[in-house]
Amino acid sequence: MSALDNTRELFRRDQVWPFLAPAQSRVNVDNQMILYVEDLNLSFDGFKALNNLNLYINDGELRCLIGANGAGKTTLMDVITGKTQCDSGTVYFGQNHNLLNKDEAEIAQLGIGRKFQKPTVFEEQTVFDNLELSLKTDKRVLPTLFSRLTPTQIDRIDEVLKTIGLAEHRFMLAGALSHGQKQWLEIGMLLAADPRLLLIDEPVAGMTAQETERTAELLTSLAGERTVIVVEHDMEFVRSIARTVTVLHQGSVLAEGTMDQIQSNKDVIEVYLGEEAVGEKGAEQGKGERA
Amino acid sequence: MSRLTAWFSEGRSSGKHTLPFVVILLGVTLLASAANLFLPADSALYVSTYTITLLGKYLCYAMLALAVDIIWGYCGILSLGHGAFFALGGYAMGMYLMRQIGDRGVYGDPLLPDFMVFLDWKELPWFWLGMDQFWFAMLMAVAVPGLLAFVFGWLAFRSRVTGVYLSIMTQALTYALLLAFFRNEMGFGGNNGLTDFKEILGFSLQSDSTRISLFIITALLLSVIFVISQRILSSRFGKVVLTIRDAESRSRFIGYRTDRYKVWLFVYSAVIAGIAGALYVPQVGIINPGEFSPVNSIEMVIWVAVGGRGTLIGAVIGALLVNYAKTRFTAIMPDAWLFALGAMFVLVTLYLPKGLMGVYGQLKAKYRPTNAKESQV
Repeated sequence: MSALDNTRELFRRDQVWPFLAPAQSRVNVDNQMILYVEDLNLSFDGFKALNNLNLYINDGELRCLIGANGAGKTTLMDVITGKTQCDSGTVYFGQNHNLLNKDEAEIAQLGIGRKFQKPTVFEEQTVFDNLELSLKTDKRVLPTLFSRLTPTQIDRIDEVLKTIGLAEHRFMLAGALSHGQKQWLEIGMLLAADPRLLLIDEPVAGMTAQETERTAELLTSLAGERTVIVVEHDMEFVRSIARTVTVLHQGSVLAEGTMDQIQSNKDVIEVYLGEEAVGEKGAEQGKGERA
Repeated sequence: MSRLTAWFSEGRSSGKHTLPFVVILLGVTLLASAANLFLPADSALYVSTYTITLLGKYLCYAMLALAVDIIWGYCGILSLGHGAFFALGGYAMGMYLMRQIGDRGVYGDPLLPDFMVFLDWKELPWFWLGMDQFWFAMLMAVAVPGLLAFVFGWLAFRSRVTGVYLSIMTQALTYALLLAFFRNEMGFGGNNGLTDFKEILGFSLQSDSTRISLFIITALLLSVIFVISQRILSSRFGKVVLTIRDAESRSRFIGYRTDRYKVWLFVYSAVIAGIAGALYVPQVGIINPGEFSPVNSIEMVIWVAVGGRGTLIGAVIGALLVNYAKTRFTAIMPDAWLFALGAMFVLVTLYLPKGLMGVYGQLKAKYRPTNAKESQV
């Protein structure tokens, strides 16, 4: 390209330089879609963790992702939240936010919250502090230094504490909580952040039947105003909450539909639910690969 | 202004050791100064000027330990190069004191410090300009360490260098500066450094009153820095810093740009180290490249480890105790000091992972079982 062309390209009249464009904080969901994942590819040392994966999530939906170990569920979440860089493909949050050129903090500030498989709370700080830190606030350095809790924020924390059933433990160190309580606290941290999209990785691992039930209730109540994506192995739990289920297999979408449709889908029976139908074969196949 | 006072008053509840600490520190400082000034030299309670200077030196070390603790104990960044910031602050003060000598040096040159005359330099290097102004030199004492910390931190934390690699890099930083300042061509007095100071702001450095003033100023600044640090660390900023120490990636997923927090905390810590260095030099009367030596920086980490990292007061106590031990020990068996220091570090790491403050906490928990339950819960 000649210098003239370069200059023309630089001064194109149908485009605004990125640094002059107004910051778009609103998430554009005019098409009722909140997450667009298209042609996503990612390989670790030759192993295709994600293989031409396409996934669309409606605004306000509660979606369950299932799949054997190594199907790419957690990797997909890693890519969406900016933890892992993908090889090719696009991920858009709403129509206007390209998530692939943002880092974890930016993505979180856009309103995407994540709960990890292994509960990670700030163990050396109190339950209250954990929630305070997760609040949806200005998270730059100086505003954080001079920030003070407003009454509204305290009310919000109290509300969340009540929802997650840790109101009596507010001044307890988070590290002293039981495993199930940590799970709840982490969900509470998500709630406090008031996100548009929640990515929840195995929320009921290590929970009692009762706690599982409460979690199911909470997640269903969240859907509607928020969008929730749940990764879970517990099929009983998935059946109790899911309206739409997406089955991942070897890094791409195998099937999508209601639980009943999924269960009668031939491919799915073969590769995943086959554990029950075909026996131990499917389970062993999955074991060698990484989650 | 009112916002600022409100900000400080809010933090008062969180640091319950702050007030006693400040009262004790300033009380001891004033008593020691009064004992030096008003008691006859043969009185049993007389405090010699030598002791006053020694105490002033300890307080500078305490300030330095505070700086190391803020970055290591609270943010988990083990800096083995804080001596660099300390020495840079010290050099800024040293340059000012050198220029104050004027024509009273050995060679009597009105402009050039002795070592430059000795090297046959004809004019003052550019970086010595303006250093005859006290305010400018003091600005440099905080700006140069701060800037170095900013550049270093920005590069290191943005590329997510952590753990041992970062420690080694800080160590390399201070070692590189050590080698650079050893060179005569650098224009900082080479091997000998800067010394033979005469006066500061017109007051003779040899007089008792100047020494006592320096001691009191050091104690005051240590108190102020202690209070400000306590407040910063108990703010939400401080809570974020703790999350960086305990679970940095989680903190990022909540939406905090942890690299920026680390950079600014590192700069703050370096500035404190610079101030400590600037106060140190007029009291000991010399600054040379030895202050950059990696061993010094490691020693600082040991002070904090002994006192108890993660508590500001622990850092101060550790610095005072270890340095007092050093003074006594080097007087009795100079060669054995480094062994004693190493042994202390090993013992503390093995048996007192939380340092002396941890022991204090355990004792408190033991003798007040009701409280113990609360604090453990």
